[in-house]
Amino acid sequence: MSVVFDILASAGLWAAILRIATPLIFGTLGALLCERAGVLNLGIEGIMTFGAMIGWLAVFHGADLWTGVLVAAISGTLFGVLHSLLTVTLGLSQHVSGLGVTLFASSFSYYVFRLVVPVAGTPPTVMPFQPIDIPALSSLPFIGPAFFTQTAPTYLAIVIALIMGYIIFRTPVGLAIRMTGENPHAAEAQGVNPMKVRYGAVIAGSALMAVGGAFLTLSAFNSFFPTMVQGRGWICIALVVFASWRPGRALFGALLFAFFDAFQLRLQTVVEGVPYQIFLMTPYILSIFALALMARRARVPQALMQPYRRGER
Amino acid sequence: MTTPVLDIIGVSKRFGDNLANDGISMSLGKGEIVALLGENGAGKTTLMSILFGHYVPDDGQIRIDGEELPPGKPRAAIGAGVGMVHQHFSLASNLTVLENVMTGTEQLWKLRSATEEARKKLVGIAERFGLKVDPDARLGDLSVGEQQRVEILKALYNDARILILDEPTAVLTNIEAERMFATLKDMARQGLSLIFISHKLDEVMAAAHRIVVLRGGKVVAERKASETNKAELAELMVGRRVTRPVREPSTPGAVVLELRDLGVRIGGVERLKNVGFVLREGEVLGIIGVSGNGQAPLARVLSGTLARTSGELLLYGEAVGNLSVGDVVDAGIGRIPEDRNGEGAIGEMSIWENAVLERLPAYSRNGLVDRKAGMAFAKSIIDAFDVRGGTPASGTRLLSGGNMQKLILGRNLSHRPRILIAAQPARGLDEGAVAAVHARILEARKAGTAVLLISEDLDEVISLADRIQAIVGGRLSPPVNAEEADARLLGLMMSGDWSHIAEAAHAP
Amino acid sequence: MRLERREHRPLLLLIGAPVAAIVAALVLSGILIAIAGAPVFEAYRRILIGAFGSRLSATETLTRATPLILTGLAAAVAFRARLWNIGAEGQFYLGAIAVAAFGSKLLADLPGPILIPLLLIIGATAGMMLILLPLWLRLRFSVDEVVTSLLMNFIAVLFVSMLIDGVLKDPLAFGWPQSQPVADHATLPKLIARSRLHIGLAIAIVLAVVVYLIQSRTVFGMQSRAAGLNPQGAFFAGVPLGRTLVKVACLSGGLAGLAGAIEVMGVKGYVTTDLSPGFGYAGIVVAMLANLNPIGVVFAALFTAIMFVGADGMSRSLGIPTYIADVTVALSLLTMLVALFFTQYRIRR
Repeated sequence: MSVVFDILASAGLWAAILRIATPLIFGTLGALLCERAGVLNLGIEGIMTFGAMIGWLAVFHGADLWTGVLVAAISGTLFGVLHSLLTVTLGLSQHVSGLGVTLFASSFSYYVFRLVVPVAGTPPTVMPFQPIDIPALSSLPFIGPAFFTQTAPTYLAIVIALIMGYIIFRTPVGLAIRMTGENPHAAEAQGVNPMKVRYGAVIAGSALMAVGGAFLTLSAFNSFFPTMVQGRGWICIALVVFASWRPGRALFGALLFAFFDAFQLRLQTVVEGVPYQIFLMTPYILSIFALALMARRARVPQALMQPYRRGER
Repeated sequence: MTTPVLDIIGVSKRFGDNLANDGISMSLGKGEIVALLGENGAGKTTLMSILFGHYVPDDGQIRIDGEELPPGKPRAAIGAGVGMVHQHFSLASNLTVLENVMTGTEQLWKLRSATEEARKKLVGIAERFGLKVDPDARLGDLSVGEQQRVEILKALYNDARILILDEPTAVLTNIEAERMFATLKDMARQGLSLIFISHKLDEVMAAAHRIVVLRGGKVVAERKASETNKAELAELMVGRRVTRPVREPSTPGAVVLELRDLGVRIGGVERLKNVGFVLREGEVLGIIGVSGNGQAPLARVLSGTLARTSGELLLYGEAVGNLSVGDVVDAGIGRIPEDRNGEGAIGEMSIWENAVLERLPAYSRNGLVDRKAGMAFAKSIIDAFDVRGGTPASGTRLLSGGNMQKLILGRNLSHRPRILIAAQPARGLDEGAVAAVHARILEARKAGTAVLLISEDLDEVISLADRIQAIVGGRLSPPVNAEEADARLLGLMMSGDWSHIAEAAHAP
Repeated sequence: MRLERREHRPLLLLIGAPVAAIVAALVLSGILIAIAGAPVFEAYRRILIGAFGSRLSATETLTRATPLILTGLAAAVAFRARLWNIGAEGQFYLGAIAVAAFGSKLLADLPGPILIPLLLIIGATAGMMLILLPLWLRLRFSVDEVVTSLLMNFIAVLFVSMLIDGVLKDPLAFGWPQSQPVADHATLPKLIARSRLHIGLAIAIVLAVVVYLIQSRTVFGMQSRAAGLNPQGAFFAGVPLGRTLVKVACLSGGLAGLAGAIEVMGVKGYVTTDLSPGFGYAGIVVAMLANLNPIGVVFAALFTAIMFVGADGMSRSLGIPTYIADVTVALSLLTMLVALFFTQYRIRR
């Protein structure tokens, strides 16, 4: 028991939670935005991979870090356009289109990366975001190092979660998004163009996913390597369900998830005799568990995964 | 007459080979209620969709207060003061009443929704027109009548001066419908102009000032309500005297199906309560009622797709447990589902596959489907039941509604069922197909089949059924003999007032 | 401009769709090759040479197509019934490790003619096991099986990693995490001598035909198709939805598990965590390219194998990353989706 307590009492754990949660927060918010408008975006895994690669590549070629993040976001919007074309304009299966986008985006990332860095081996690195000490708060004992010495994108993720919660529940455009996800015919009848809303949500959501990927190469690590996203995108999709499509709960869910992840990482080093793979499995098992727990309870957007065509009911 | 607020001038619209609207012109005055009367497929809904900007007309124009409305722009229609109340509600059940009403009413990029102002405005309108509803209730928690009020409020909230209602009573009980028409009249007195679409003669006569009759996409007549009568309207609407098959007298045989105190609970809600009836060989028992009163669970229990929670079911005199689809089919029960496209057929499969799907054990050997026998069976249905537009191997999706229904009838009646469960068998079909379906049902009755006819169409039930029971709130009224039933008695029965049913009639 | 559903689908369109999709994917990839500064036609010529230029490369291509046929079938049977089994990758690994476990130690004393079929069944069974949890979650809690079956892939690979790092570790592998090899008499006979091509290819093709017959001729095939096209209508017609889905899942998971088993017994002999270069995911593309037709799967798998094997050779001579094969295959999925759409709809002005 004391082992568990020691882990919980270390500021490092709590700092790690925020770090681990950051890409998940971005990704979950992105997926959530798409789904609120009625589009499941399984392109997330590939879009995060591409964002990680292209953001890193931009910085590697001399751009500053924020430009790298911006480049990633723009790449995300392009994949968002692709996914929208397939699922909104053509109304194709959101499952298969999303998987197609993921397969394409990730293999394209690896292709571009290998063109620039032809040799396998130790991948080249960039200087990542440095932790920002928030004046006064960061010098608090325990709480300071635990919560107020993060890199800028982490703070950004939390701010975006709050902003998205506000937009979805308090603004006309948020209502238009929710109505489109619930009943696009009703939205259309009231003069809201569901096609445009879906395009907008998928494009913006995909940009957030890509930024989440860029966090991996520009803050959590300092280089890119294939398969580095490691299913984080799929975990985000599960977290959206866990969060019942609410941005505030998405933030909470990502942090809770990151807590378990950070905890198991530390537990790995102190518990002997248990294969490390068991610990590595926990995030995926937790995700499945969260899905099973929440799937029945959550109020799923009624038009999720239903293509909208004018005049067709 | 008052000055017209709305002019529809020479509107035409073609879908493929079908001319849905053919040079339609009509007008609407301030404070006037106009009924747009016509059968299914007469072009009523298409016309209103054009007016509201859902469709772009091929020809013609819409003028509001003398100004032309740009075609195909719902927003322009809303802006000009047109409000539409759809037959299938355009509402989101997970959002609140207020959110449903507010959608699309504000500048999209405003930084904050003016929720408080909106709530005040909504409550104000609701009070003015007597449309009481809780703005913060989740829409899915409201009754159907309340949901329709929200639909009307939505239009009024957008400052609609012209209100279009598409078959507003289709989902309402009689009492709710009466209350709604009172509200509509009140609105007209307060200066709103209304068009309502209907195919029910009673309500058209009761509520409208003027009636425009549509048939085959054309305006065939226009009458003041005070200068016409139901008989004339019926003839105008159908275009010929309705000749429905004549029901010959028959002597019912033994009881083949009996329900006693049957109850069904779905998700904690009681959908059927103490339902009981007896059904005999060679008779048609009609179940009438406004939709959503338990018809669907009743049909499903008897079709083998829903388990009952309580009560007894006696088949050929023997008490049986819950039936699976296989049991039902094996027991010689034919089933015509309410939802042809959703349940009755699988559009992407071929006609022969749809013909044999529910009888696969009979059309297979050692797990292999007997395609040859299936094709032959499908061919025999196509020939005997006059299914047009397909061959056994062609896709079912390509069939028209009437032909699909003939296929469904055929696959059931070819096997000479002892019992036939027919749910809304003629809904949405054209007159010719309706007559064919009715003739087949009476033919089966003559051959000794016991028919349970679940229908919302009173005329259909009166012309086919020997005895009639009403379903209201999941309960079944005592039966009346068709000879004793008139529209007034049936209306009372459907509204839940069963005190007028003579005791003698429901002694089994 | 608007989209209108086609009343009839000309046969030419159905056959033409995959061809058009592949051509479009090759054109798009060609742009990427050109951007990388390589001659496009030369690159594609080298891909063809790399895939078919010699006896060795041709057999290598067919060897590579074998697991793709099986994972393609796995996806095709599942998708046809609208069961979104995206877990073929994990099922592949589980089939592989099961064979390694039983074929190296536990059953290695059995004679070959008994051992080989037994191991194939064990591999298929292992694959089935992995799909059952996502399926159960869908039927019991209505959890979308896409995400759960995807997550199961990661769990399965970690599980395999744990075994080959632990109880099944080969002590002779110089410390590399690698399973003990299956017994020599458990390896699949060669189809062509002095090549890696084994009878797994024949098994895969036979299974494609069997799956085709199951789908088109049997009660189960008809029911699973009905369940996929319109679950409500199928239920009304008496199709036992749950039971049908379980059968479909077992067939799908079994085929994916079999792919893993055959890859171990026919090619590698042992299991590592890079046994599959994404066979499970590529199977999705193969199935879609074939428009879920089991016979079409064989050809779609061949195309995919040509890209993968050919790209290796092309990469060595032109310096284009081999990932171009993955890009082309992924693109062909997207273009196939669009092509299929236009077999169902037309554009009207």
